[in-house]
Amino acid sequence: MEKLLSEFSVGLFFWQSLLFIALVFLLRRFAWKPILNAVNQREEKIHEALELADKTKAEMKMLQAQNENLLKEARAERDSMIKDAKETASKMVGDAKNKAKEEADKVLTNAQLAIAAEKNAALTELKTQVASMALEIAEKIVRDELSAGDKQKKMASQLAEEISLN
Amino acid sequence: MVKAIRFFFSVLLMMIYSSAFGSEPEYDTINHTQTESLDLKSSIKEQINHHLQDSHDFHLFSDETTGKHYGFPLPVILWDDGLHVFMSSEFHHGETVVQSDEKFYTLNHGKIYKTDAEGTVNYDAEHHHVINEKPLDFSITKNVFMIFFVGLLLFLMLRSTARSYKKRGDLPSGIGRFLEPIIVFVREDIAKPNIGAKHYKKYMSFLLTVFFFIWLVNLFGLTPIGVNITNNIAVTFALAVMTYLITTFTAKKDYWKHIFWMPGVPVPMKVVLAPIELLGTIIKPFSLMIRLYANITAGHIVIMSIIGMMFVFQNWIGSSLSFILALVLGILELLVAALQAYIFTMLSALYFGSAVEEHDHH
Amino acid sequence: MEIPVMVGAGLVVIGAGIGIGRIGGSAMEAIARQPEATGKIQTAMLIAAALIEGIGFAALFAVG
Repeated sequence: MEKLLSEFSVGLFFWQSLLFIALVFLLRRFAWKPILNAVNQREEKIHEALELADKTKAEMKMLQAQNENLLKEARAERDSMIKDAKETASKMVGDAKNKAKEEADKVLTNAQLAIAAEKNAALTELKTQVASMALEIAEKIVRDELSAGDKQKKMASQLAEEISLN
Repeated sequence: MVKAIRFFFSVLLMMIYSSAFGSEPEYDTINHTQTESLDLKSSIKEQINHHLQDSHDFHLFSDETTGKHYGFPLPVILWDDGLHVFMSSEFHHGETVVQSDEKFYTLNHGKIYKTDAEGTVNYDAEHHHVINEKPLDFSITKNVFMIFFVGLLLFLMLRSTARSYKKRGDLPSGIGRFLEPIIVFVREDIAKPNIGAKHYKKYMSFLLTVFFFIWLVNLFGLTPIGVNITNNIAVTFALAVMTYLITTFTAKKDYWKHIFWMPGVPVPMKVVLAPIELLGTIIKPFSLMIRLYANITAGHIVIMSIIGMMFVFQNWIGSSLSFILALVLGILELLVAALQAYIFTMLSALYFGSAVEEHDHH
Repeated sequence: MEIPVMVGAGLVVIGAGIGIGRIGGSAMEAIARQPEATGKIQTAMLIAAALIEGIGFAALFAVG
């Protein structure tokens, strides 16, 4: 302890205190304030940038979700459109088929009717011709018969009988 | 990486040289008898003491064969019923008496004493201490010179760092790259946790200055120039007084309340605790002072003694072992230089923190 | 210097050494148990060690 006290130099203490106080104030003015300010500013900047990045990320997520929704809607719309188109197409095909069938049926009935009419006409004509031929034949026969008197009388009576009976 | 390695080796070399200067003059290989080795031991002891002492001229090294000293003189400023200023070279290393305004001064073992025209020095009969009166000595001694030098260096380094922010926007350049993380470390790991985020700002200037000052000064103590400023009790005392004053003058009501009238204990205990707490406020900075002084002084004594052992052993095994030991201790001292700066700053911050702490009222 | 005083100082230094050793050891264990609290533990360790160191120095200087 005595050694320490005897070693104590007032001059050194004086200079050390003086210089140190001067150094604190000088450095405060010329170094610590600008340095700490710069560091603080940079830290704030980094903080802000990080916050911005977080915000952007959230926004991106939102946008992505939105996009996905849009995409989903579009897809649904497309599907429904395709479905509609298919329905329309199949309906059209069905309609066309029906119409064709109807037309064909109509043509067939017409043809059948025509055939039947022709057939009737032919039958009638045939009948008339057969009748006229029969008449001619009958005429010839009758002429032959009537050439003989008896036979003519007999026949006339017979015919008269038949008529009266009717 | 290469740079780092180069730096590491240059530091090592510097340490080796710095130690070599201390004991070089006594190295003598011609004859080593018993008395010779005793002489060597006592001269090593003297060298260590000399190394630890402040001096009035900046002594770089001596040529022992010619007895020449290399270095430069420093101004001597004395207050003795008036100011006396002259260069320390006028003492001729204590060989001549200096007359200034009809007063006579002599240099004895690095200290200036008042004397008469013949330079009479009176010794204490028991301890061989000089009992001549001492003038008030405000000389620019070797240590004061180095304090100024370190202060200037610190100022230039940090101002260039501060300027580099302006030049390059947000990032420091040059030495600022190295200093900025340390500044941020002092703020984040020393000031904020110990003082608290609310009050730490007003103490930052002191904490940063004290940290860089002690660290740089300790490092300079390890260089070949070997001026260890922090092994002067006056220097550490000045720093501790600063901490004490700042703690006392920035203290809030709560701090004083906890010293003089400790809440939450019975009244008789309050009376007993008050003087203990009051003494505690003085013991805290006192321990700061002693810690720094003792760590640096002890480190230097140990390193120099081990270096001295290299010359005492004078054989391959002993000397190389001492060399390795000194090397390891040198590296340890590099760590201690930073550690003591850290501890001083951190404990100061802790004391400031206790001064501005706001307790929840019980 | 009287030998008893030196021995006393030596005892104090041994005590301080043991104290600091215990602090260091406990801090290591604490760090191993809770590595995330390393910073806080280190600070507390340094403060405690520094306070004990102060006692050691006080003894040394009382002798010197």
